Amino acid sequence: MMSESEADVPCPVSTAGWKLRLYVVGQSPRSVLAISNLREICESHLAPCYELEVVDLLVDPHLAEGDEIIAVPTLVRRLPTPVRKVVGDLSDTGKVLVGLQLKARE
Amino acid sequence: MNQLSSVNQLKKCPTGITGFDRIADGGLPAGRSTLICGSAGSGKSLFGIEFLAHGIQLFHEPGVFVSFEERSEDIIGNVASIGLALQPMVAAGKLKILPIDIDAHTLHEAGEYDLEPLFIRIGAAIQAVAAKRIVLDAVENLFSAFQDQSILRAEFKRLLCWLKEQGITAVITTEKGEQSLTRRGIEEYLADCVVLLDLRVTDQVATRMLRITKYRGSGHGADEYPFLIDDTGIVCMPINQYSLDYPVSNRVFPSGITRLDQMLGGGIYYGSTLLVSGGSGSGKSTIAGQFVDAACGRGEKTLYLALEESPAQIMRNLKSLNIDLQQWLDHGLLAFVANRPSVYGLEMQMAVLMRQVRLFEPALVVIDPITALHIDSSSLAVKRMLQRTIDQLKARGVTMLFTTLTWASEEAGETTSSSISSLMDAWIQLRSMESSGERSRGLYVIKSRGARNSNQIREFLITHGGVSLKDVMLNAAGEVVTGSERYLMQVRQAQAAKDRKTTEEQQRLELESRYKTMQARVSALMAEFEAEKQSLERKWQLEAIQSSETEMLIHQVSERRSAGVSDDE
Repeated sequence: MMSESEADVPCPVSTAGWKLRLYVVGQSPRSVLAISNLREICESHLAPCYELEVVDLLVDPHLAEGDEIIAVPTLVRRLPTPVRKVVGDLSDTGKVLVGLQLKARE
Repeated sequence: MNQLSSVNQLKKCPTGITGFDRIADGGLPAGRSTLICGSAGSGKSLFGIEFLAHGIQLFHEPGVFVSFEERSEDIIGNVASIGLALQPMVAAGKLKILPIDIDAHTLHEAGEYDLEPLFIRIGAAIQAVAAKRIVLDAVENLFSAFQDQSILRAEFKRLLCWLKEQGITAVITTEKGEQSLTRRGIEEYLADCVVLLDLRVTDQVATRMLRITKYRGSGHGADEYPFLIDDTGIVCMPINQYSLDYPVSNRVFPSGITRLDQMLGGGIYYGSTLLVSGGSGSGKSTIAGQFVDAACGRGEKTLYLALEESPAQIMRNLKSLNIDLQQWLDHGLLAFVANRPSVYGLEMQMAVLMRQVRLFEPALVVIDPITALHIDSSSLAVKRMLQRTIDQLKARGVTMLFTTLTWASEEAGETTSSSISSLMDAWIQLRSMESSGERSRGLYVIKSRGARNSNQIREFLITHGGVSLKDVMLNAAGEVVTGSERYLMQVRQAQAAKDRKTTEEQQRLELESRYKTMQARVSALMAEFEAEKQSLERKWQLEAIQSSETEMLIHQVSERRSAGVSDDE
């Protein structure tokens, strides 16, 4: 399964209908950094067909359970399935792309 | 337990786990964290769940169970088998189960992060039930999900400090091994108390062990303690926690064999230990059966640990001697614990026994035979185990009877039991005595603490009425005689007595006849004497008459003379 998806990876055309959700807690510097990092990645790799949602767990704490969030920031690829999660401030673009399967692992 | 209490003494949070609180000197450190570390299947999660469930049931402290491993349905299902109904506690708002599913495969790291959502979720759960206790189960899964261990370590420490600030007593369970928390350098600052659980297999027998390796600011038992997981959960054995200051009884525990009691100097005391040693077939179990029968007959409960024979077999054998134990079983006065010693490890064996003792509360415990426990262990282990058992039972005032097998060669030296004999208050040795081409059973009392015991070897017979002890019989050489030799000697003695009686009879008759002869002679002499006496008396009478007549004549003559009358006139 892994090899299959990795074979699909270098194909940015299939990014249509992507749904991403970024979980943060408050407006901490790390939250802000993660949001700006993510927007940059999305614009350069997924634009124009993607949906991005930012969830502040201070505002909606109950949402943490649904996606089994234990760390922040956590980026969840809700679509396409299967669900993938990338934890961290997303400053390492390469790792983010690998995590989202937009790029094969080196 | 005997510690001086001080103002600064650590507050304890009792777990309610049988025996553990005793080892931990009252419980876990209240408001602090305890690490439970153990291999897979060693009972870590159960420890955590019991800690919470007892907290709710016994101490009215609500709790949160955070599982990094199992789903809540699994957790509830797993403990239902040991009679812990978690669902009602959840429904009553006393328990919150928080399953945290970390799928490491879908998780990638890209930059720095913190565990704030975990705090939020745990915080919400704590608030929901106003928790005083929390369990973080299988945290190794949290650690293995993330690569950046330095962040995790810092975050985890923050989590524990945060729990501490809220005054919540935390139990963290983690797997021991390569992936363990202890290998990650976390243990040092993490917990105020560290408990190791171990599942050890020796000779194919599994034994669970528990050890407190660290306890800041508190005394605790340092030994390894065996524990078992049975239908009531974790049962821990604080085996060395008994001191020797248990109360003693002056009441005598009658054996049901009056003569045996006499030999023991009145009998054994309640709460004392009796060792019955002897070779195979020497009647150890029969004596044990007699004790059981007597105890049950008085309405006292007996627990019989049968290690060699099945209960049915024991009862059948005793039934043939008219000792009916079935009735006591039916009346609920007798209970058997029967298993091969190899089924459980030694510690387990004792744990099983002690559990039964707690549930059944017997007055008498029989272990038949104690020798069976030698099979899987060194004698030192057996001795220690016995020591603990005895201390515990003595503390409860339970009378104990142990049988032990000695080999013929050992009988003379009394060696087999020497290692355990010091634990025994009384010791009866059964031995077979060979003489005149047969074996018979002999019994003697080696010791009976606190009583003046008989020093004689008695022959004892196993009859249809049970055990009976015979009087000592010595032959001319001063040796005890038994069996047919005793019978022959008895016959000989009876014959001699009979002979003696006949002789006496004869002599008596002879004497009587001599007496009669003598009497006849005496009466003959008397008659002769009488006749002589009579003839003499008659003679004396005649003579008296004659003399009085002469006197009268003289008187008449003198009267006449004085009147001047002569005779001539």
